[in-house]
Amino acid sequence: MRIRPLPSLALLLLCGGCAGWQSALDPQGPSAQALGQLLHGFVLVLAAIWLAVLVVLAVALRRRSRATPQAADRHAGIAVGTACVATVLVITGLTLASYVTTRVISAGAEAPLVVRVRALQWWWEVTYPGEAGPDVVTANEIRIPAGRPVRIELSAADVIHSFWVPNLAGKQDLIPGRDNVLTLTARQPGQYRGQCAEFCGMQHAHMAFMVIAEPPEAFAAWRAAQQADSAAPAGAEEAFGRRVFEQKPCGACHTVRGTEAKGTNGPDLTHLASRATLAAGMLPMTRGALAAWIADPQTIKPGNNMPMVPLTPAELQAVSAWLATLR
Amino acid sequence: MNGCRRGMDRVGGWKDSVVGAVVLPALVLLGGCRLEDRETRPDPPVAQALGQVALMPNGIGGSPPEVYAALGRPYRDSAFHLSQGKRLYEWFGCQACHADGQGGSGPSLIDGWWNYGPDLPTLYTTIHDGRPGGMPAFRDRMTRDQIWQLAAYVQAMGAYTGSLAAPGRSDRPQTRPAENRLPAASAPLR
Repeated sequence: MRIRPLPSLALLLLCGGCAGWQSALDPQGPSAQALGQLLHGFVLVLAAIWLAVLVVLAVALRRRSRATPQAADRHAGIAVGTACVATVLVITGLTLASYVTTRVISAGAEAPLVVRVRALQWWWEVTYPGEAGPDVVTANEIRIPAGRPVRIELSAADVIHSFWVPNLAGKQDLIPGRDNVLTLTARQPGQYRGQCAEFCGMQHAHMAFMVIAEPPEAFAAWRAAQQADSAAPAGAEEAFGRRVFEQKPCGACHTVRGTEAKGTNGPDLTHLASRATLAAGMLPMTRGALAAWIADPQTIKPGNNMPMVPLTPAELQAVSAWLATLR
Repeated sequence: MNGCRRGMDRVGGWKDSVVGAVVLPALVLLGGCRLEDRETRPDPPVAQALGQVALMPNGIGGSPPEVYAALGRPYRDSAFHLSQGKRLYEWFGCQACHADGQGGSGPSLIDGWWNYGPDLPTLYTTIHDGRPGGMPAFRDRMTRDQIWQLAAYVQAMGAYTGSLAAPGRSDRPQTRPAENRLPAASAPLR
């Protein structure tokens, strides 16, 4: 048999999707591991059944039966009976496996880190309730210590969303008026991408977030830094940018702790520049991307709730310069 | 000639009934597939011009900016803009004084009495510049098209004429007739 190069290459390319920073086939935590094993078990069992059915079908088509009618009836009875018993056994086995996996992934954990995640159209608000010191509020980026279980308390502000970090856990819905909980653990430090998995409106596809697992010491240092107020403006341009931010509509929706900006409708920007991405995973966090986003958020992410605030070029420069210093 | 025509009518009769019974209703249903246009990004010059409201000297009544008519009077008749207005009503704390329209420390918005008139230019100016007696100015907190959206929602809330457009329904319990049951005159207030 000649192997066709092109379709085989295409299949090989598909295998590339199995690894990476957003893949359920590359589990990095116990929850995702249990789900991965269940998935592989299902695939193996069902593939075996499929092959067995094909083999039986091929044999039945090739062999001419010379049995008497009575014997043929008896054979049919045996075949149907065997198939029924096998079906019941397989379904029972898979149901049990599924039940055990659900028990494993929904079990709580000892002394978890509590993180509150609230989903909004179309971004994620992340709150670390203060253990010592004030709450830390950030957006679209969840830092966790590697190796420690994290209890994620999920809520939604407007419509139903779904929290999904394929490398670490299964999906869990965020439903307005109902609190859900998901416990996950990242075994290794690393970056795992997450994505809203329930259609939630125009920009559902652009509602991503990052889970960044760090060694415990690095996480503690990050948390302490996030508890601080924003840094004072470094120069004249940054000071002007901060004044513009406070006086224009920016401050009516965004909070930057340590300034007059105290709005709560949009993401907290106190340590904006410490995050890796902007606009829920759409843009890299650079001064240029900040300026582009502020100048015209509705072209970059049509329908999002940030309006186009009219700013002069000098004001735009100053605001983006100041925001880029909020580490 | 006449008889011939009647004969043709009879021949085409069953086809006509198929058209009448199946095709036409299907075509009518297709009309429901049209998605309302959502204007999420007014061009900057348009947004700038939306602030040019010409009010009467006493601050009551006036004419909208010319660009408003050029846009096809969008805010009051668009479910998208009304829904945005409804969101802004919560975002910018209108409930603190006006509750869900019934009023509190601020006047009611659904009792049919408007201190400064119910037309959009007046409502726009009320929100933009504030009014004596405690209504704050929102010109530094909202953009112009946001104020138009909010003004249209407030007007729709207390309207005494029906409209084909209404914002999305609230998830929480209603404390007043839902917006899609307006006009307020025909719905029980409590």
